Amino acid sequence: MPLAVELARVSFGYRPGQRVLENVDLQLGEGEFVAVAGPNGGGKTTLVRLMLGLERPTQGEALLYGEPAHRFSRRKRLGYLAQRSLVGGDAPVTVREVVSAGRLAVGPLVGPLRRRDRELVSEAIERVGLEEHADAPLRTLSGGMQQRAFIAKALAGEPSLLVLDEPTTGVDAESQESLAGLLDTLHSELGVTIVYVSHEFGAVESFVQRVVLVRRTVVFDGPPHDLPGVWHDPSHVHVRD
Amino acid sequence: MFETEFMRLALGAGAVVGLLAPAVGFFLVQRRQSLIGDGIGHVAFAGVAAGILLDVAPVLTALVAAVLGGIVIELLRSRGGAAGDQALALVFYTGIALGVVLISVAGALNADLFQYLFGSILTVTRGDLALIAALGAVGIATVVFLYRALAGVAIDEEGARVAGVPIGALNVAVAALAAVTVALSMRVVGILLVAALMVLPVSAASRVAWSMRSSLALSMAIGLGSALSGLTISYYADLPPGGTIVLVAAGVFAVAAFTSVARGRS
Repeated sequence: MPLAVELARVSFGYRPGQRVLENVDLQLGEGEFVAVAGPNGGGKTTLVRLMLGLERPTQGEALLYGEPAHRFSRRKRLGYLAQRSLVGGDAPVTVREVVSAGRLAVGPLVGPLRRRDRELVSEAIERVGLEEHADAPLRTLSGGMQQRAFIAKALAGEPSLLVLDEPTTGVDAESQESLAGLLDTLHSELGVTIVYVSHEFGAVESFVQRVVLVRRTVVFDGPPHDLPGVWHDPSHVHVRD
Repeated sequence: MFETEFMRLALGAGAVVGLLAPAVGFFLVQRRQSLIGDGIGHVAFAGVAAGILLDVAPVLTALVAAVLGGIVIELLRSRGGAAGDQALALVFYTGIALGVVLISVAGALNADLFQYLFGSILTVTRGDLALIAALGAVGIATVVFLYRALAGVAIDEEGARVAGVPIGALNVAVAALAAVTVALSMRVVGILLVAALMVLPVSAASRVAWSMRSSLALSMAIGLGSALSGLTISYYADLPPGGTIVLVAAGVFAVAAFTSVARGRS
């Protein structure tokens, strides 16, 4: 299977002498649906930033589709839902405006969107089930619906690799379940490689092919049913040693 | 009021700045950089001082200083972190300190300085208005041209960065736009009040608008309305124009905030 992401003996610290991640080896194949879990502060977000080339490893190598991640030339293939994706100021913004922003990298950078871009925006909105709220201000919607809008934004860019960092923050349990079902559909219907990063992976456990547990390094990498029972206990996952 | 040329020129300059300042300020507010305009104003002050010292039109030297300062501030900001924050403070205060020293050397620490600090819209000449209108038109056209890209980055900067959108270039464009706005607005509301005209109409509009596009359009309408009504009030009540314009904008913000709260309760 061709690799979407490859981290080879990667170590990283934000300051000299600091080790947020140590000796991480990780390979994600194209078309996989993988959960990356671990305690808060365990290095998950840093791992994502290295994967996407937003940071460079202090040691080791991070590759995206075979290219060094920080110099990756086909960035249009990447969809990223950052932790707490929010509009910076307090201006109202509609679902359609959020999703249209997803065509920025792939469509024209300036001037109006072309008809094909607008169609893809509408399709992405329908795919996440927000067509009735397309022109509603985001701030009037629930946390789960807002998260769906940002997923639609990522989808509008037609990514090959979709990375979601803590997508369930501020989302109730029911919406988490339906979000997981939506991601499973996207994975099976569109063949998108999905990396779901969360301190809590219960919602996607039945859908993912692999779970990768990160606690400064990779402490488990395998199918969810092979996870030692203790890791299913959220208290174990949350506590940082 | 319209029979006097100085008022016609003032209304023309006020209209351009009233539209431009919120249009550019809109994108600063979305990124929580409301006070960047103030920082650029500090640097523009050094430019004014250099102009007086060198006997060159202060508006031009302020424009050059503001653009350079705006780009340096953006580059420092993009480095992020506490060090970036302190670096910004260094630029702000070095600007104002340099301005004070240069003005003193030029022997111009007097009332003339007030027109740059607090505005002097009633002394705008036909030549000034032509410059303000030309640069203002370029500024507004640039905002319209880059609107979708700037809005997309405001909505999700990190997502756009990952997908390869040229964030750095767009941020420098906003900084340069902010600098041009500061230099042009100097004559209307003054260096000390420039940021207010870039921020207050935007804050007011965001309380009552329903989308990003409507928020930008409403910000510009409030900026225009504040500038024209502020000038009119100042003419009839014999008040300083810059301060009056900003107080009108602050009043509109208070009404919009009250409306938004009242609507939320109903």
